[in-house]
Amino acid sequence: MTPPPVAVRTATEWLAARARWHPLEVVFWLAAFAAIYLLPNRHLILTEIAWLGLFALSLDLILGYAGIISLGHAAFFGFGAYTAALLAKHEILDEPVLALLVSGCAAMALGFVTSFLVLRGSDLTRLMVTLGVALMLRELANRNGWLTGGADGLQGVSIKPVLGLFRFDMYGHTGYTYCLTILFVLFLIARRLVNSPFGLSLLSVKTNPLRSSAIGISVDARLIAIYTVAAGYAGIAGALLAQTTAFASLEVFSFDRSADLLLVLIIGGAGYLYGGLIGAIIFKFMQDYLSVLTPQYWPFWIGLVLVVIVLVGRERITSWTAPIRIMAARLNWRALARRIVASTERL
Amino acid sequence: MLTILVDGIAYGMLLFVLACGLAVTLGLMNFVNLAHGSFAMAGGYITVVLVNRLGIPFSASLPIAFLASAAIGFVFERTLYVHVYRKSPLDQVLFTIGLVFMSVAAVDYVMGSSQVFVRIPDILQGKFDVFGIGIGRYRLLIIVICGLLTIALQSILSFTRFGSRLRAAVDDSRVARGLGINVNRVFALTFAFGSGLAGLGGALGAEILGLDPTFPLKFMIYFLIVVTVGGTSSMTGPFLASLLLGISDVAGKYYVPTLGAFVIYTIMIIVLIWRPQGLFSRTASR
Repeated sequence: MTPPPVAVRTATEWLAARARWHPLEVVFWLAAFAAIYLLPNRHLILTEIAWLGLFALSLDLILGYAGIISLGHAAFFGFGAYTAALLAKHEILDEPVLALLVSGCAAMALGFVTSFLVLRGSDLTRLMVTLGVALMLRELANRNGWLTGGADGLQGVSIKPVLGLFRFDMYGHTGYTYCLTILFVLFLIARRLVNSPFGLSLLSVKTNPLRSSAIGISVDARLIAIYTVAAGYAGIAGALLAQTTAFASLEVFSFDRSADLLLVLIIGGAGYLYGGLIGAIIFKFMQDYLSVLTPQYWPFWIGLVLVVIVLVGRERITSWTAPIRIMAARLNWRALARRIVASTERL
Repeated sequence: MLTILVDGIAYGMLLFVLACGLAVTLGLMNFVNLAHGSFAMAGGYITVVLVNRLGIPFSASLPIAFLASAAIGFVFERTLYVHVYRKSPLDQVLFTIGLVFMSVAAVDYVMGSSQVFVRIPDILQGKFDVFGIGIGRYRLLIIVICGLLTIALQSILSFTRFGSRLRAAVDDSRVARGLGINVNRVFALTFAFGSGLAGLGGALGAEILGLDPTFPLKFMIYFLIVVTVGGTSSMTGPFLASLLLGISDVAGKYYVPTLGAFVIYTIMIIVLIWRPQGLFSRTASR
């Protein structure tokens, strides 16, 4: 057996270095899980942060890693939410975790079908198509009141205990633990995904589709795959919302939701996995604070933040995370350098 | 049957006046202005304030709405939009969505969240009876005004110096710059004019489309449909697209109310997939 060429080995090393856990990441997740015990009276908002973070993570997968601008990501969110709510209401699948998986798969199926629509055309076309799909679903849910409850929303949903053991309570204790666990598991999968050769090829597609196809990456297949996965993530986020609130309404499909989501991701910074999570934390606390001041005019502040972010420049806004990221990168690079030196010495 | 057709045409004409500014700016600067509806809303609310509160006659308030919206558009273009032209489409989308949200909340704060109506003069209410078909006077007025506007726009574009500069800039702004055309100025004027037209459309349409603070969000998709289906290469494309959209929307809501707006969205997606550059555009790509 001949050893693999140096380029392949270097790439593998690089990916492995990228995939290594950084101490800060460990701290982040330890803090998140510690909040189960340390912040028991904040669990309701933490639950919202958990599913919003998951939703933002799913948008990050297509926007930050594949460069697809979507104005209708709420389509999958809403689809998952309604699926979960309907499964629970008609007692088709009582167990929340199984129902969650089914909702995710349903959203993935929808994502797969609609992914062919976003392959073609420019950014504007993609915007329109994604927006159109979300509006279509909203209209469908609105018109088929016998199934979805129409404008009143789907009421009378009761969610059974998780795994038959943990009952959802009104303080959100179970809800937070449940959402956080799901978020963590899905985060691990996403982390594995973006640090794989597949994730690397996505970045190449984002940077230059033409050149990527020239070096043998099948651009369309990659985009379909990541869009489908992201749709599944969004569906699960929606299902988490439906399960923790035992309710689904037309609002899950709304344009505002897709637009808010863009803001969440932009605050945290697109293109790295923690962007969505950090964005969700900031967004929710900001919303909590501002909507107490002016409940009705909350959109104004969202709009102002968006305008300011663009005028100042997204790079500069998210640069507050740069020192952390640079530190992380440097640590990884050192380790990588050591390993490369070690491997060349062995030759 | 014919009443629906007339209603549809009136509706389509309104959409054209509302959206044609967007078509030109999108074609000219490749700028995705989702906040176009906000200028229309501004025009609508200006008319409401002028007519209902200050008692200015409806006919006089229309030009004021046009000028005021154009002024607002000009100021915004010069102060805010100029900074965003060179940014990525994602930034443009975020920026204009932000403007939409701000305008929605601001109007909500100033004018209240309920739907408002313009008090239109008595002469314009009621119906004509033409060969047994009832045609609303107000709708006929809209068709006449918008028809005249369309002809005026088309002739400005075809026969004036400014029109030819504009067409040159839309076709290829780099070469147009090379020929000494001040594309930025052309664009600023066009933007202001387009905003003014949107404001006029909003003023005229307050009665038919309904006016409340969520107007820019509700009609954003319609404007985008007009532009994407019609293409940005000429005025006729968006015009035909708006007529088609108006008639099919009115007819769809009348004959198959259960489907609602579903038909329109489906048509839009099919057109986008089938001909991403627009149904009526001549050039394949730019």
